[in-house]
Amino acid sequence: MIRVIIGEGSCGIAAGAAKVHEAIVAAMGQSEPFALGSTGCIGMCFLEPIVDVYEDKTLLRRLVRVSPADAEAIVDAARTGDMSKVDSITISDDDAEFLSKQTRIALRHCGLIDPTSLEDYRANDGYEGLAKVLSTMTPEQVIEEIKVSGLAGRGGAGFPTWFKWNAARQSTGEPKYLICNADEGDPGAFMDRAVIESDPHNLIEGMLIGAYAIGASEMIVYVRAEYPLAIVNLTRAIEQARAANLLGENILGSGFSCDMRIKAGAGAFVCGEETALIESLEGKRGMPRLKPPFPAQKGYMDAPSNINNVETFANVGWIMNNGGAAFSAMGTETSKGTKVFALTGKICKGGLVEIPMGKTLRDVIFGIGGGVRDGKSFKAVQMGGPSGGCIPESLLDTIIDYKALGATGAIMGSGGMVVMDETTCMVGMAKFFLDFTAQESCGKCVHCRIGTKRLQEILTRIVNGEGKEGDVELLEELCVGIKDGALCGLGQTAPNPVLTTIRYFRDEYDAHIRNKKCPAGECVALRTYSIDPDKCKGCTVCAKKCPANAITGEKKQPHQINADLCIRCDQCRKNCKFDAITVE
Amino acid sequence: MHSENSGPRSDFSLLKETLDTYAKVPGSLITILQKAQDIYGYLPKDVMYHIAEAVGTTPAEVMGVATFYAQFRLTPIGKYLVMSCQGTACHVNASERVSAAITAYLGIANGETTEDGLFTLEHVACLGCCSLAPVIMINGEAYGNLTPDSAIAILKDIRKKEGVEV
Repeated sequence: MIRVIIGEGSCGIAAGAAKVHEAIVAAMGQSEPFALGSTGCIGMCFLEPIVDVYEDKTLLRRLVRVSPADAEAIVDAARTGDMSKVDSITISDDDAEFLSKQTRIALRHCGLIDPTSLEDYRANDGYEGLAKVLSTMTPEQVIEEIKVSGLAGRGGAGFPTWFKWNAARQSTGEPKYLICNADEGDPGAFMDRAVIESDPHNLIEGMLIGAYAIGASEMIVYVRAEYPLAIVNLTRAIEQARAANLLGENILGSGFSCDMRIKAGAGAFVCGEETALIESLEGKRGMPRLKPPFPAQKGYMDAPSNINNVETFANVGWIMNNGGAAFSAMGTETSKGTKVFALTGKICKGGLVEIPMGKTLRDVIFGIGGGVRDGKSFKAVQMGGPSGGCIPESLLDTIIDYKALGATGAIMGSGGMVVMDETTCMVGMAKFFLDFTAQESCGKCVHCRIGTKRLQEILTRIVNGEGKEGDVELLEELCVGIKDGALCGLGQTAPNPVLTTIRYFRDEYDAHIRNKKCPAGECVALRTYSIDPDKCKGCTVCAKKCPANAITGEKKQPHQINADLCIRCDQCRKNCKFDAITVE
Repeated sequence: MHSENSGPRSDFSLLKETLDTYAKVPGSLITILQKAQDIYGYLPKDVMYHIAEAVGTTPAEVMGVATFYAQFRLTPIGKYLVMSCQGTACHVNASERVSAAITAYLGIANGETTEDGLFTLEHVACLGCCSLAPVIMINGEAYGNLTPDSAIAILKDIRKKEGVEV
């Protein structure tokens, strides 16, 4: 039977998938020989909305950038089986490589199964890893298998998962809690949202295996409130799992009991830090605790707790099913398995990319992402969000590995990969992140609270053309102080965007400070507008549009801009029919 | 009952069910505040005093939590909440120009509400639709690949739908 499946993750919907769905329903007759369904996010965001046409389990066509106007043709093709009717919207071979070049484990079901269906998940090896664990393995064997796999925390720090599980296992005290950090706060990363929305049972299965390993009786998922669809889909999946005896008392007859609940976050970046997350779970201000005691000893409600990120759990079911050795066969000496990246920014093909560790940044950005769009040149890639850094072109052959990326001054992070071209100002980028961290600092430590504010002020001064000699050195000194003085990981890494941009793009800082120029042309305060007298016809349009009365000139004579009055609003350039306004 | 509100008293009966369920469950303050905000649209001061009394804590504690998290609002919001994404991918794709255009068109800055009570503008951290940057979300619906002009067109449509002169 032919099935027409619409990709309806958040991004798909934002790109118009729901309207496509409506149009297809409208184009369908009373009874049709094909079925209509929906799936989550396949991660090819640049091609959304996407509609897949299957015959049983075989993909006949992947239709891309579908609009409601294509509905008739899609219904016709599905009805008749004549796929030539949708040739014009079928994915190109080149674009199809975006997916075929990937190795998907954490995302293995995303965009392929119906996230609202437990049966669909089970039909694709779902809960087989759990069944194997509960019927044939002891908790110690589970931890050993995770150790063999080499799985490390995918949330950013890259701490070995088995070590945390073992510490929580060894810790005495009841009850124990297993917590999932789904507070994906790094701006530019959205793989955790994709997993929860598109494959919620995979998260539940991974967590159940973790809960069994450490001996937890309750699981809590701390999800960002900004992800409403993820919360809806996970809530449904939890209810389905309870009804199928996959959650609750005596799971699958094994004697192991564990339940699960969702806690919606309230919007605070710092709650991605595990001890701050625990404070927030307890209903308090999300401020990090001093470690030790570690959560494994004294976590949520002072009970032994273990916290992992969504992507970490998303690998666990696969590892139990396929063995730890199959996972560790991929990757490098120090980083095993695969990692998901959210490829965004000035990239040709943006979306979710899962590849084995050990590939290079170039493989991801150029090999899969198709390089920089609009014919511009690559300048840098930002990895790790506010805790990470900007990596320049000269280091594009760096391999994806916790250690190798750390050596560049950036971090693996949770997997945000924001590509920047020649028009992105690197000082502006550093300021952007410091605006963020200064805003999000919880305020507990002076170094972070005041230090990020001071960094932000200095960076603002520089992009406004008021930078002074010595500002860069002052920035560096402050950065060291914050790194040394902050309590939590987020505070300690907050200076990274500043340090890496100084390290690799010092010339841009100097140009702002010494020459009062922004090489990328992005900093508005440093732009100079002038009129090319050879091109200006004296039509007076710019003078009339100028809100600051900065443009003067006789009719039919070349005009002039008074730089002292100019507010750089760009109105003159936008309205000039003769392309006579130049911006430097 | 402590109350420092000068305006009309909020209807606490709306919150009774929530408080009956959560007031005595340790660690539920954020959940209660979220439900209260769902009910009242924001967190009126007298409601926060009421919650403090019900859970047995101080109003300062409640206020401390409410002001810590970006989600909580201490003033009423407009009918349409326009969330303008300030994430990295949006920044790189010139989201500032979109935000500036919205501010100019509606005449409100971040956190403010239009006089007719129709729109509230809020700058938010990443909405997670990075590949569609720049993005805004209006009452839960995301709009992507925006330009200043297309963003204004969306707001104009809403105004038209609401019968406001454009």
